[in-house]
Amino acid sequence: MHEEVIISGFGGQGALFAGQLLTYTGMDEGWHVTWIPSYGPEMRGGTAHCIVILSDDTIGSPIIRQPSVCVVMNPPSMEKYEPLVKPGGLLVANSTLVRARSSRDDIETVYIPANELAAELGNVKMANVVLLGAMLGTREILPIESVKRTLDEHIPERRKQIIEPNKRALERGVQYVREV
Amino acid sequence: MKVLMKGNEAIGEAAIRAGCDAYFGYPITPQTEVLEYMSRRMPKLGRAFVQAESELGAINMVYGAACTGTRVMTTTSSPGYSLMQEAVSYIALSFVPCVIVNIMRGGPGLGNIQPAQGDYFQMTKGGGHGDYHLLVLAPATVQEMVDLIVEAFDLADKYRQPVTVIADGLIGQIMEPVAFPELKAPQRPERPWALTGAKGREKNIITSLYLGAERLEQENIRLQATIRQIEENEVRYTEYMMEGAELVVVAYGTAGRIVQTAVKQAREEGIAVGLFRPISMFPFPYARLKEIASTAQQILVVELSAGQMIEDVRLASCDQLPISFFGKMGGVVPLPDDVLAEIKKLVK
Repeated sequence: MHEEVIISGFGGQGALFAGQLLTYTGMDEGWHVTWIPSYGPEMRGGTAHCIVILSDDTIGSPIIRQPSVCVVMNPPSMEKYEPLVKPGGLLVANSTLVRARSSRDDIETVYIPANELAAELGNVKMANVVLLGAMLGTREILPIESVKRTLDEHIPERRKQIIEPNKRALERGVQYVREV
Repeated sequence: MKVLMKGNEAIGEAAIRAGCDAYFGYPITPQTEVLEYMSRRMPKLGRAFVQAESELGAINMVYGAACTGTRVMTTTSSPGYSLMQEAVSYIALSFVPCVIVNIMRGGPGLGNIQPAQGDYFQMTKGGGHGDYHLLVLAPATVQEMVDLIVEAFDLADKYRQPVTVIADGLIGQIMEPVAFPELKAPQRPERPWALTGAKGREKNIITSLYLGAERLEQENIRLQATIRQIEENEVRYTEYMMEGAELVVVAYGTAGRIVQTAVKQAREEGIAVGLFRPISMFPFPYARLKEIASTAQQILVVELSAGQMIEDVRLASCDQLPISFFGKMGGVVPLPDDVLAEIKKLVK
């Protein structure tokens, strides 16, 4: 396996957390992993993104130009990354905020109203994990059950209350893409 | 067991595991997480943490603590390291051990906070005034960072000199799985030279002021002898896909990682290329690179600078083969594709 994932959204939408969840899961599953956030002026009022690499080989460059899988949570991220997804790659867009549609026919696209679905589950802030569910429900680069185990094992004691809601958000994302 | 950790935080934890008793620092991006981490951890362990009033304050606190035989570290980023130079030069001639980490950023001047390798000359050729070189270690991954930080404390003790570790914001910010050594009291050498109170013994004097020229010459000779020992013992490098490489790419730290991916891609396309990655920037691996230069057809140097290490590559190879350069300045980081394109241009 070698997947290069970009997750991108406004600061506060949880792109970095979703990426870390993926990275922890990858590590626990025995893959080589790297997670790198955007840092610097870009974060102030703009878009925050992270790059996650999961590989069966040691990872050289942790930065990449063309992701094989990309999750875009807001319109600027769609504009920036949609053209960059590798041919044959996967683009998952949060259609609550992203109105545009990709015109590319060489990539797989998933549009999911993640904010609405997360709000229905009780907290719009879980849109990031709904999107992660949609991503893994479309391409199971890591098993959903492993992601749940990661939540159990790596969320610190003082934040235990977020585990079950996030598991439901993950499942909601999977369920949505299986239905459409 | 491996944990997933940010490079900057791993620096702090590695220092703690190595028995760092005192940390002095001043916030500057992209290394501030080290300071934050140490501020949380050190007091809990009953060890010293001080956020100084400036980098000058921090390095002089390091100097003071080092004189007492305390295991001590500071971390900073490029402009902060420039501010420290006066004291670093004093520390070198004072023969006291400490660890200094420079998470380099774009320069010159205040520059920016993006990854860069423009401090190579400053780090490897002295930096402050006077005749000295410090040991300079350059990790490319979080694990290597941890291993080198732990080792840096022992090397500092061994040579009674500051040991420096350089990286950039990319290694500072990245999260990777990493294994730490056990937290235990490290084996430390006797420090009969330390300022511990002279009751019942002759007093120790630690200074870098010698007004008589002959005496200062003697101290310089001693310092140079130490540096020769470091050159003899502490050369470190790694090689990747070097078998039968006609084109050898030389790169370190973050640039080394990016080149590694480009080399792998090039090999998949049948191009005979390999990576030589120095880990000790001082002492530079001249001898091994000289051997390589005698069999390779050409060398490409990749740096996040205008080209600084390339001078050492030319020294090592005595210019006996073509040497090209590819670099980005100001915090711009090339991607593996860019390096691959450069490789293809050269082997055409």
